[in-house]
Parts: sequence; structure tokens; C-alpha cells
Amino acid sequence: MPPFPRAAKDAVGDTTLRGNLRHATHTIRDKRAAAVAELPDWDRLRAAGAAIKDRTLRHLDHYLEQLEASVTAAGGIVHWAADAAEANRIVTDLVRETGEREVIKVKSMATQEIGLNEALEAAGIRANETDLAELIVQLGDDLPSHILVPAIHRNRGEIRDIFTEKMARWGRAAPEGLTDSPAELAEAARLHLREKFLRARVGISGANFMVAETGTLVVVESEGNGRMCLTLPETLISVVGIEKVIPSWQDLEVFLQTLPRSSTAERMNPYTSMWTGTTDGDGPRVFHLVLLDNGRTDTLADEVGRQALRCIRCSACLNVCPVYERAGGHAYGSPYPGPIGAILTPQLRGTASELDASLPYASSLCGACYEVCPVAIDIPEVLVHLRERVVQGGPVTVRGTRTRIRPAKGHAAERAALRAATWALDRPGALRAGQRLAGRARRLVPRRRLLGPGRAWTASRDVPAVPAEPFRDWWQRRTREAGGE
Amino acid sequence: MRVALFVTCVNDTLYPQTGRAVVTLLERLGVSVDFPSEQSCCGQPQFNTGYRYESEPLVRRYAKAFEGYDYIVAPSGSCAAMVRDNYPRIGRKAAAEGRGGELAELAASVVPRTLELTEFLVDVLGVTDVGAYYPHRVTYHPTCHGLRMLGLGERPRRLLSAVRGLELVELPGAQECCGFGGTFAVKNAAVSAAMGADKARNIETTGASAVCTVDNSCQMHIGGTLSRLGSRVRPVHIAEILANTEEVPFR
Repeated sequence: MPPFPRAAKDAVGDTTLRGNLRHATHTIRDKRAAAVAELPDWDRLRAAGAAIKDRTLRHLDHYLEQLEASVTAAGGIVHWAADAAEANRIVTDLVRETGEREVIKVKSMATQEIGLNEALEAAGIRANETDLAELIVQLGDDLPSHILVPAIHRNRGEIRDIFTEKMARWGRAAPEGLTDSPAELAEAARLHLREKFLRARVGISGANFMVAETGTLVVVESEGNGRMCLTLPETLISVVGIEKVIPSWQDLEVFLQTLPRSSTAERMNPYTSMWTGTTDGDGPRVFHLVLLDNGRTDTLADEVGRQALRCIRCSACLNVCPVYERAGGHAYGSPYPGPIGAILTPQLRGTASELDASLPYASSLCGACYEVCPVAIDIPEVLVHLRERVVQGGPVTVRGTRTRIRPAKGHAAERAALRAATWALDRPGALRAGQRLAGRARRLVPRRRLLGPGRAWTASRDVPAVPAEPFRDWWQRRTREAGGE
Repeated sequence: MRVALFVTCVNDTLYPQTGRAVVTLLERLGVSVDFPSEQSCCGQPQFNTGYRYESEPLVRRYAKAFEGYDYIVAPSGSCAAMVRDNYPRIGRKAAAEGRGGELAELAASVVPRTLELTEFLVDVLGVTDVGAYYPHRVTYHPTCHGLRMLGLGERPRRLLSAVRGLELVELPGAQECCGFGGTFAVKNAAVSAAMGADKARNIETTGASAVCTVDNSCQMHIGGTLSRLGSRVRPVHIAEILANTEEVPFR
């Protein structure tokens, strides 16, 4: 994957993509604002959500052990996965044991994060996505570009083409003469998926929440595919990040209000599915829970960055982000795009790659993301904190061990420039000499084509004319003329 | 009441007329303003790009330059927000790294005294009608740091609404970032330019002859984009509008 600025530049030039994104994000943005405004206690719900998550994270070991005990007592089997490879191995082995070659999936970000579909495919197992947008992405050999609306970058015409060309290869073909009307597209997906739901013997899910006191897992969704995946198969395997645990059933009360309003602008999500272990004569016979770390405890060790683990994946930050709107989700090179991705990915994966080191800079620090976040993650604060890690290096925790990383490569010129700036700015005499020099040479400064680092500026913007007299000279002259110093 | 002007390095170097406007305005309102010449830059470019250590000498310089003043008034939402939001962070981190509490104390001492110009006018002086005259159609872009970090709210618009002759027109998508973002404009030039172009188009649709903000760094980006697109809309800092009266035009 190229670093963010390069990928974003390509996306900016794609007018169809920008049009699709602009339309979709602005629609959800306005609806969310209205849905949130309906609740007089929104600020308190937001503070409560942040507090519940913070308290849970502070005692994460305790709540995870409680969760394991509750799930086991309810007849489930708990597995612990330190990283993506281990999680994939566990799930692949579990599916193999059933003898099945095909599984159905409810949309899950954790399994995208670890590349589970690819791992299953390598083991000869086909994973069928059943979320409508995920299905579009999967059939199109594409990558998701939004947390909630993975196919947000596609318009109706593109979706029709994907269905017509690809559905037959994986199951029931798209109906003849399919048009791009939403109803027809939804019906085509429904027919295609219904066959898979009724045939599948293994389901794979993620979860929005895990309740420690009861061992209950919760998925919220809008299409009903989640309920199908969670109740019809004989074996259910849920892969969930460890930060999704909450202490009690009562804590759900806060999040079941803030999540749907923040994500789909609904007062309540259409389907809230909850499952607790196994029950005779109802739902899956076997239930496995794979608890995924994959960089989360390392993130937890960072005092500033850990707030990213509060995230409930509502995607409100994506929908208000002016950078996401222009760059699109793919530029972030991760299942977690947008502002939350820009702080989560470099913490889960580290900042060693050029792409991951560029993500904390994928923001103008306008703060719109922080303003809408229902769990009050101060995303700009974490962005700047991670920028510091990139350019200055510093302490990080890698696989539980505290270590110091060196500054990322490619920042030497920038560091020199900012150090020189600090040197001059810490000496008002030098600053003034520079200003006077610029003032004298002001007619020589081209307003439309600067050289060096200024070139990127003048590609689309003129530079302001340098004034003849800086403010401090005016002040001094005025004081002198007034008979002062 | 001892009031100091923190003119900011951008205004000092590129927009001195904004500093002159603040002095003119405050003196007209009966406030005597001082300009401590030891001031320079708040350190935001360094800090926001990740060079926290490089911002520390400038935090120290700021605190020392403005020692003893009751209020430090800055015609920049962004620089005032840097002081109020980030100085305490910089101080705390230095202390946590075992470098003593001196920087934290210096940083804390300036936080409650640093105000953006419109905050000073409305909250401290208690005025919204400053007696200004500006016979133009003006649209207002609330810059991000003033809007979200400082929470300036309606203060700038209330001040503008009281200006005689001024017709204030709504800016579509006003709360969206213009795309400047300091070094973001250079590091992610394509996205920044796209954001700037959208902002410029929205400004054009208002039919205003001037776009007003409380931040000249954003104006540099917005004005530079408008100028490149051949627009006739002028960027103007709120201080320059408020400094202008019918009797004494501000130039």
C-alpha cells in the first residue's frame, strides 16, 4: 500500500468516487445531527459511555476473566488469540473439525482486521459475507471503504454490474434484466443470500459488545442477516476484540442509545441480536468465542493513545471528516478508515511502514471527529501524540514489552526545518532580521510558483504578498514617534 | 488592567494590518495595549507536526514575555487555542518525563489569561457593538480551532451583526474545515486543495465581497485559493472590520 498522501491524491482525482462519498456522508451527517438533537441528555450519555469504557479498560483483565467464566458456564468455549495468525489458525481448525467447506458471515471488522476470509480460502473454505454492502465488496473483489457502509464508494449502477457479472459464480445468479433500482438490487441479494443461509452449518460473527456478567454477546445490524447467521448454523464462531467487553447488562443501556443514533441516525437499530452460550433446541449447538488481542493490550499501555479502544465503531467520525470525504476509505490501507482508523491502525500495527507512519498526518486537526464521537475520543490529541512518535520516536509497548522506537525515516529535512524555525523564533532579533530581509526582497517573491517545500502550496494557491513593514517595526516606529522609548 | 497584544508570528510577518487594527480598535474602546517585543510564535507548527520538544522553548518564551499582564489578546483563534489546549499538555508531559514542573507552571500561568480577540471584547469588555462601520456584504467562516477548541460560538457573528452597513450572509457548509491545517496543506496537498476549492466555491455562492474569519492562517489558504481561481472575494480579518469607523476609516 502506498502512503496516505499518494493514495489520497489518486482518490481526489476520481470524480465519481468523490461524488458518491460526498452524497453519502452528507446525507448521514445531517440525519445524525437531527437524531442526536432529539436527546436532551446526549452530553451525559456521551460522558457515561466514555466512563464505562475507561473503567472497563482499566480493569480489562478482570472483566475478560469474568467473561470467560460466564461464557463457559453458559456452554460456550473460549479461545484466546494473541495475534492475527493465531486467531486465523484457531478459526480455520474449528471450521475444519466440522468438515464444512463453506461458512456464512455477519459483517465483522475484527475478521477483516486479521484477514480471516483469505486465511480460510487458503484452507479451501469459502466464507460468504451476508451483509449487503460486504457482499457487494466481496463479489467485486474489492476492499471495504467505510466502517458502516463498506461499499459507500459504489453507486447503484456499479452495484448492478457487479451483481450481474459475479453472483452466478458463487451461487444463485442475479435475475435477468436486473436494473439499478434499490428494491431490485436488494431482492437479488436476498435471493442469493437466502440459499446460503439455509444451507450453511457454520456461522462466523463479530460482536459489538460482550457482557462480562452474563457472557452475552451482542450484534446490532439493520438487515436481519446477522440474526440468520447467529441462529441458523449448528456451529457459531465469534471473533471479537478484547476491548468490546463491558461489565454489565445495564451498561448496554447507554450504548444502545448512542450507537444507532451516531451510526445510522436511527433511534434504535432494526435488529439487536444477543446470544449467551448454547441452549437446547434453540440456535447453534456449539459456540466458540475467540478473544482477539492483536495489538490491543499494547495500545492499552499507552496513556494517551488508549482512548482509541473506547471506539464502538459507529463511524460518525468518518461521516464528518473532510479528509475522509475527499480521500475515500481505501487510502487508509486498513479496515479502519477515517479519523478513528488514523489513530487505531498505527497503534494496532505500529508505525514501521511508510503507510502507517503517514496515517497520523491524514488530518487537518479540524476537530469535527472529536465533536461527534459518542464516546468522546479526543482524536486530534491522539493524532498529534502519534505524530510525535513518528518523528521523534519514543516509548512504545510491543507484545507486552516496553521499548523505545527510533524516529521514522524520511523526516530529516522537516526536522531540520522546524528546528531552524524554533531557533529563529526563540530569538526575536533573528526573526526580525528575517522579516526585514523578506520585506526588502518582497517584490522578488513569486506569488504563483515557489520552489522547495513551498511548491506544494503554490500548486493550487497563491501566496500572500509580503508587507513592506512587519508589525513589530510599525509598533516600534509608532512608539518612537509618540516620543516613547 | 494591563493588556498585552500577542500578535502571532503569521500576523507579525504577513498580516501586520491585523495587528494595527487590534491596537486601533482596543484603544478606541479605551484599552491601553502593550506589545512585549520578546514575543514570537506560540509553537503550534512544531507541536502539531509532532515536534513537541521543539515547541518547548517557545512555550517558555511566551510565558516569560507575557508575565505580569492581566490579559493576553490574540487576533487568532488557532494560536489562542494552542496556548489554552496544548500548553498544559506540553507542561504535563515534560513533568512526566522527569524534567521538573517548571514548564508546567509557566504553561498553566498563561492559560486563563490568554484570550482570542472576540472573547476579550464580548466577555471582558462586555461589548458587542464596537461602533464600527463597514458597508459591504460579508460572509463569515468560523475557523475550526476557534469554533471547536475555543468554543467561540456566536461571539464573532454578534460583533459583525452590530457593524453598521455590514450585510452578513450565511456561508453554506460554514463549519467545514477550509483545508489549511498547518503543515497538512503541504503534506497532503491534494486533499487540502480539494477542501480549499470546495470552501472557495461555497464562498462564491454567497455573493459576498469579503470573507471574514478570526484567523489569518486560514485566510492565507482561503485567500490564496480564491485568488488562484480568479475570484474577487477578499479575505478580511474580523479585527480590520471592527477597527473601521465612518469617521476614521481603517487602512
